[in-house]
Amino acid sequence: MRHLIAALSASIFAAPAFAALPVDGALNFQPAATRIAERAHEFHNVLLWVITFIVALVTVLLIWVMVRYNRAANKTPRRFSHNTTVEVIWTVVPALILVGIASLSFPNLYYQNVTPNLGEIAATSKSLLASGKTAQHLAYTKNNFPDAAEKGFVNIKVQGNQWNWTYSYPDITDDTGAAIEFVSNGIHKGRPGDKEIYEANTGRTDFDAQPVNLAVDYPMVVPAGRYVRYYIAAADVIHSFTIPSFSIKTDAVPGRLNEGWFLVEEPGVYYGQCSELCGIDHAYMPIEVRVVPQAQFDRWAELMKAGDFDAAATSVMNIAGLETQTKFASNN
Amino acid sequence: MPMDEIALDHGHDAHDHKPGFVTRWFFSTNHKDIGTLYLVFAMIAGIVGYSLSGLIRWELAAPGIGPMLWIQTNFFGLEGDAAITAAKHFYNVVISYHGLVMIFFMVMPALIGGFGNWFVPLMIGAPDMAFPRMNNISFWLTVASFILACISMTVPGGPGGNGFGGGWTLYPPLSSASGHPGPAMDLLILSLHTAGIASILGAINFIVTILNMRAPGMTMHKMPLFAWSILVTAVLLLLALPVLAGALTMLLTDRNFGSQFFIANGGGDPVMFQHLFWFFGHPEVYIMILPAFGIISHIVSTFSKKPIFGYLGMAYAMVSIGVIGFVVWAHHMYTVGMNVDLKAYFVAATMVIAVPTGIKIFSWIATMWGGSIEFKVPMIWAIGFIFLFTIGGVTGVVLANAGIDHAVHDTYYVVAHFHYVLSLGAVFGLFAGWYYWFEKMFGVKYNTFLATLHFWLMFVGSNVLFFPQHFLGLQGMPRRYIDYYEGFSTWHYVSSVGYAITLLATVVFFVLLIEAAVRRRKATVDAHGHGNPWGEGATTLEWTLPSPPPFHQYNELPVVSGKGGH
Repeated sequence: MRHLIAALSASIFAAPAFAALPVDGALNFQPAATRIAERAHEFHNVLLWVITFIVALVTVLLIWVMVRYNRAANKTPRRFSHNTTVEVIWTVVPALILVGIASLSFPNLYYQNVTPNLGEIAATSKSLLASGKTAQHLAYTKNNFPDAAEKGFVNIKVQGNQWNWTYSYPDITDDTGAAIEFVSNGIHKGRPGDKEIYEANTGRTDFDAQPVNLAVDYPMVVPAGRYVRYYIAAADVIHSFTIPSFSIKTDAVPGRLNEGWFLVEEPGVYYGQCSELCGIDHAYMPIEVRVVPQAQFDRWAELMKAGDFDAAATSVMNIAGLETQTKFASNN
Repeated sequence: MPMDEIALDHGHDAHDHKPGFVTRWFFSTNHKDIGTLYLVFAMIAGIVGYSLSGLIRWELAAPGIGPMLWIQTNFFGLEGDAAITAAKHFYNVVISYHGLVMIFFMVMPALIGGFGNWFVPLMIGAPDMAFPRMNNISFWLTVASFILACISMTVPGGPGGNGFGGGWTLYPPLSSASGHPGPAMDLLILSLHTAGIASILGAINFIVTILNMRAPGMTMHKMPLFAWSILVTAVLLLLALPVLAGALTMLLTDRNFGSQFFIANGGGDPVMFQHLFWFFGHPEVYIMILPAFGIISHIVSTFSKKPIFGYLGMAYAMVSIGVIGFVVWAHHMYTVGMNVDLKAYFVAATMVIAVPTGIKIFSWIATMWGGSIEFKVPMIWAIGFIFLFTIGGVTGVVLANAGIDHAVHDTYYVVAHFHYVLSLGAVFGLFAGWYYWFEKMFGVKYNTFLATLHFWLMFVGSNVLFFPQHFLGLQGMPRRYIDYYEGFSTWHYVSSVGYAITLLATVVFFVLLIEAAVRRRKATVDAHGHGNPWGEGATTLEWTLPSPPPFHQYNELPVVSGKGGH
C-alpha cells in the first residue's frame, strides 16, 4: 500500500516506450506493441467512456430518487406505473448505442482475426501510389504494411505442452531440411532450486535479472517489422497463447490448428502467460517474444540451425539499436 | 386489492399440527420447511465456498507460493518439490470447487430452492407446491450431490494430489482420463448429475405449480414478478440442464468406457464439450440472477410504496433475457479458434441482452421515482444491488466485443465482471430477500443495526475486493494463477484486503442470526392482524398471512380481484 501512490503516478507518467511488462498499480492495458493492440485500445477507450457515462447516469438517477423521493421529502407516493414514452426511449436509445458500439467492434474484430493477404496489400499500396492517391495511401498504410508485405510471412508453429511451449520455424531449415524447433521453458517454477536448474541447463548467469514468472530459457525470436503468422495446436490439454501488449490470444487445442498473426515494428522484449487452465504448472509456462532487427534475427537463425541454442539465445539478449536493454528493471 | 377478508388459519389448530422433528425435517413435504432446509443448506455450502475463496485471496495477497505450501507442509507433511507440486494442485482444486460450490450449492439452492419454495406458493395463493414429495426428493438429492462433491475433493484427482483441479468449467482433455485419471472427476460428474436431476425435478415442480395453482383471479399478467422470475428460471433449468447432463455423460464414457467424444486422437473434439457446456453455462448465469431480479422488484416497490413500474415490460424483459440467453453461449469461447463471422454473430447477439437488462434497471429507478422511499434494510441492499449490477452489466458489454475479449479473456477482468454480477449481484439480491422475508419466515425480528452494518461492510468490502481486479485484468493478469509477476502485487494485495472486510461482514451476519435467535423479538402484527412489518407498500399475498405463516396456508383459496397482485 505504501508505494501505491508512487506506483500509480509512475504508471500514468511513465513513457510507454515498449515495456511489455505489467506495471505495479497500473490501471489500464500494457502499452500497445502492434496495430492490432492499438486499435483494440482505441476501441476500448471509447467503450470506457460509454460505460462510465451509463454507470454515472444510473448513479445520478439513484441519488436523485433517494434525495427527492424519500419519505421525508415526499410524504404521499404517486401511483403511476406506466409511461410509454419513457419506456420506448429506454429501449430504443440503448439499442442505438449498441448499434454504434457494434459498428466500431466489427472492423476491429475482422482486422485482428483475418490473416492479411500480403499480395493484395502490396498491390493495393502500389496502385494507390501509382494513381497519386496519397491521402488514401496514408490511411491504408496505417493498418497495412506494404514493405513488410513484400517480404512475406514469417511462419511459426506453436505447440502448447504441459508445461512449456514448442516453437518451430518451418521455413528456416538446415542442410538436412530440418526446421528450427525448440522448447521454451519458463525459468521460474516456484521452486527454491529454480536458479540452479536454469544455470545448469543453459550455462547463463542472468537468472536474477529476469522478470519472475515471465522469463523463459529460449525465447521466441521474430524480426521487427515483419508479418508473423503463427499456427497453434496442443500436445496434451488446452493451453492459450497470449501476449497482452500484442492484444492476441489464441487457444492451443489438441486436434485443431488455430491461426493468428501480428506485426511488431519496435524491437523489444514482450511477455505473455498461458491463459487456459492446463494443470499444475499453469502459472509457470510464460511466453517471451524477442523482437529483433532482421540482421540479428538472421544471425540467431544461423546459430539455431547450427544447433547452438545457448549461443543463439545469448545473441538476442542484447537487442541491437535499443538504448535500455533491461526495461523491466526500471518498472518498479 | 388482494383479499383482506380471507379466512386464514386462525383458530384451526387441528389443521395446523406440525409433525415430529424427524418427520418434519427429514421427510418433509411442506414447501416452507423445504425452503428453510434449502436456506440452511445453502448457508452451510456458502461457508464452504466462502472459505475456499478465503484460501484463494490468502494465497494471492503476495506473489510467490505461500499459504498453499504452508498447508501442504503442516497438514499433509510434505516437503521439498513434492510439497510445491501438491500446493499448486491444491490451489487449482480450491478455485474449481469454489466455483462449483458457490454456483450449484449456494446461489441456486438459496434463491430457487429457498426463496422459490418459500414464496412462490405464498405469492400465488397456493397451499403448497404441486408435487410436495418430489420437492423433498429435489432437496435431498442436492444434499447427496454436495456430499459427493465434498468426497470428490478428498480422493485422488490428477497428478499432484486429491481432488479435481481443472476449473468449474471442467474442460477436457484436462478433465479426461489423461488429465485427471483419478476418481475425483468421476465423483464430480456423479455429483453434478445428481445436482442436475435435483434441479430438473425442482424446475418441473415450479412450472407446474405456477401454471396450475395460482389463486382464482390471478392471471399470468397479475402474477407477482418473483413468481415470473422463478418461472423463467425453471424453464431455463429444464432446457439447459439436460445439455449439461449429456456433456457430462459423454465425458464419463470418455473417461471410463473408451468413447472418444472429446479426445482428439480418437477423432473427437475437445471444443465440442465447450459448446455443450456453455449452452448450459450461459443460461445458468441467468438462472442465478433472474430470481434476484424478482426479489429486487418486490423490495423496490414495497419501500417506494408504489406499484412496480412497467410490470409487463419487467416480466417480458426476464422472458427475453431467458430466450436470448440460449443463443449467446459462444461468447465464452472467442479464443478457441472460431470462424470470424461466427464471432461477429455472437458479439451482436450478446450485446442485445443489454437492452432488456437496461429496461429492468431503469424500471426499478422509475418505480422509486415519485415514491415515498423508506430506507429499511432490504431497500438498502436492493439499491446496492442496482448500482453494483449496473457496473457488472456494463463490463459485460465490453467483454461481448470479441475484439477486446481477445485481450482480456481468461484474465482478472473477466473474474471482476462475473463477480460483480454474481458475488455482488446475485448475493446482494439474496441478502436483500433474506432481510425482506426474514421476519415472515421465522417469526422473529433481526437487529436492524447489525443488518445495516452487514450491508456497509459487504458493500465496501466486495468493491475493494473486486474493483481492482479490472485493473489486473487489463494489465494482463491471467485467471487461475497461484503465483504472479510482482507487477501485479499492489492490486492483488488490495483485493485481499477487500476479502478481509467481507469476512468481517460475514461475522456480523452470523452474530445477527444468533442475536435474532436468542432475543426472539416477536414479529410485527399490523392493524389488519396480518404479519406485515412493511406497511402499505407490501401488497403481495404472503404479507396477508401471520409471521411465520401457519403450517398449511390458504385452506380457503384467496381470491385476487381487480388490479393488484403485483
